[in-house]
Amino acid sequence: MSLASSIRISNRDRRWRLALSGQRWLSPLVLILLWELGSRTGFIPARILAAPSSVVRTAWDMLLSGELPANMLVSLGRAAAGLSLGILVGSTLAVISGLTKAGENAVDPPIQMLRTLPSLALSPLFIVWFGIGETPKIALITLGTTFPIYLNLYNGIRGVDPKLIEAARSFGLKGWDLIANVVLPGALPSFLLGLRFALAGSWLILVVAEQINASAGLGYLINNARDFSRTDTIVVCLVVYALLGLGADAIVRALERHALAWRPSFIKS
Amino acid sequence: MAQVLAHAAVARTAPPAETPQRAAVPRSATEPAVRTRGFTRRFGDTVVLHDLDLEIRAGEFVALLGRSGSGKTTLLRTLAGLDPADGQDVRTPDARAVVFQDPRLMPWKRIWRNVALGLSGADARDRARAALAEVGLGHRLDVWPHTLSGGEAQRAALARALVREPKLLLLDEPFAALDALTRIRMHDLVLSLWRKHACAVLLVTHDVDEAVALADRVLVLDGGRIAAEEIIDLPRPREAGGDFQAIRHRLLGHLGLDLARPPPADGELVAFPGRESAA
Repeated sequence: MSLASSIRISNRDRRWRLALSGQRWLSPLVLILLWELGSRTGFIPARILAAPSSVVRTAWDMLLSGELPANMLVSLGRAAAGLSLGILVGSTLAVISGLTKAGENAVDPPIQMLRTLPSLALSPLFIVWFGIGETPKIALITLGTTFPIYLNLYNGIRGVDPKLIEAARSFGLKGWDLIANVVLPGALPSFLLGLRFALAGSWLILVVAEQINASAGLGYLINNARDFSRTDTIVVCLVVYALLGLGADAIVRALERHALAWRPSFIKS
Repeated sequence: MAQVLAHAAVARTAPPAETPQRAAVPRSATEPAVRTRGFTRRFGDTVVLHDLDLEIRAGEFVALLGRSGSGKTTLLRTLAGLDPADGQDVRTPDARAVVFQDPRLMPWKRIWRNVALGLSGADARDRARAALAEVGLGHRLDVWPHTLSGGEAQRAALARALVREPKLLLLDEPFAALDALTRIRMHDLVLSLWRKHACAVLLVTHDVDEAVALADRVLVLDGGRIAAEEIIDLPRPREAGGDFQAIRHRLLGHLGLDLARPPPADGELVAFPGRESAA
């Protein structure tokens, strides 16, 4: 096949794909319209699921009243606190374990054992230890995010090309210089992968932790709405959860594009 | 100029006869850049280097030839400080730098930062720029290593070594992975940089032509011992003339290639000799 014809095909291919991606919006739109239709005709009672139009209206009201932003900030704060602590603990342990054999022997076995515990299963114990305030929620998120960070960063550190380390050593780098210039940058892609897992995990744990016993936050809103069968409020909170998750992922991807600009896949010709 | 440097006696049986010269020339000129005495290296039961005496004068270009497994890389690694000398008599200058067979540039550092790796001070970028300009990469300071060709990457590695102003430059088959044309250009570049920086060079290679084209002196390492030594007193640039061929044939002979043998007849199978004694 000649080069010209293969280019023509790939052009046609791209147009075809664009048309397809336009079509991809169609079915969700149709589903929402059907949903709205079902609600208006009384086929779907508001007690079961509020109509899309009433969800939008409720969202608007909650935004204007400040109820939604205030509770969203509380949830975000919990996720951010737990995730930051998880990153701190996970990274510290991974560096200790990744850099030295003694560190690995000391740190890795208990982590590998604890890792098999679903962190949510610890919530009863955390409530006994920390009560029902903010602490058990943040502690649960910290626990859940520590492991993905640890595992990926540890793997990344161990996976740094020994030839590069040797070259750096031959130029007199050692100690912290070697770690900062060679080991950590080399492990960064793995760390960022761990960060994405940790973000997803923090979100998941947040949702559950907030329903334990909260007086503020998205989970509190959902719990309240459940008591009054306000399905519109519940759907609004679910959508907000989804949007926040998407936003967090976008942040990590932007971070990757910036921090991993040296990778061939990110280099634009 | 290199070719008029006096060749000190390096007979391994007799002590070097350099005492009379010492009085005439400054001490720093005769102080060898590298000196090992009876250096032995083992991996388990295998003796890789056996009772090795090696001396490289300051500013001398020495090529080390040997088949795979002859211990040449082990020797280079020891001189580079990458393998421990285990308290044996191995003297090298502190200012030494290695160019490896692969460029080993940190992919996450732009080229100038790779060259400036481990340098301190505000002028690091200027020094890196100057070193990169020397190897013809002065216009590519801020690109990622991934975007360089194999030859460019190896030139960047050369700049990274030379920016440290080494007294001893160690080259571990640095041209082996390059195409023939790029390799010839690299030879010229290395020679000009060696003249400019006046450092001692130890080039480890398995390419006899490369060794003869570049070095003041060629050592053949076999079974962990220096099996032969050729002093190459030809003016550079060296063309493949009569003397060149004679030295080349002698070295190939030392490496176990018998050029005097008639070429195989049609249909004759050529035996591929293994190494009789495992080193």
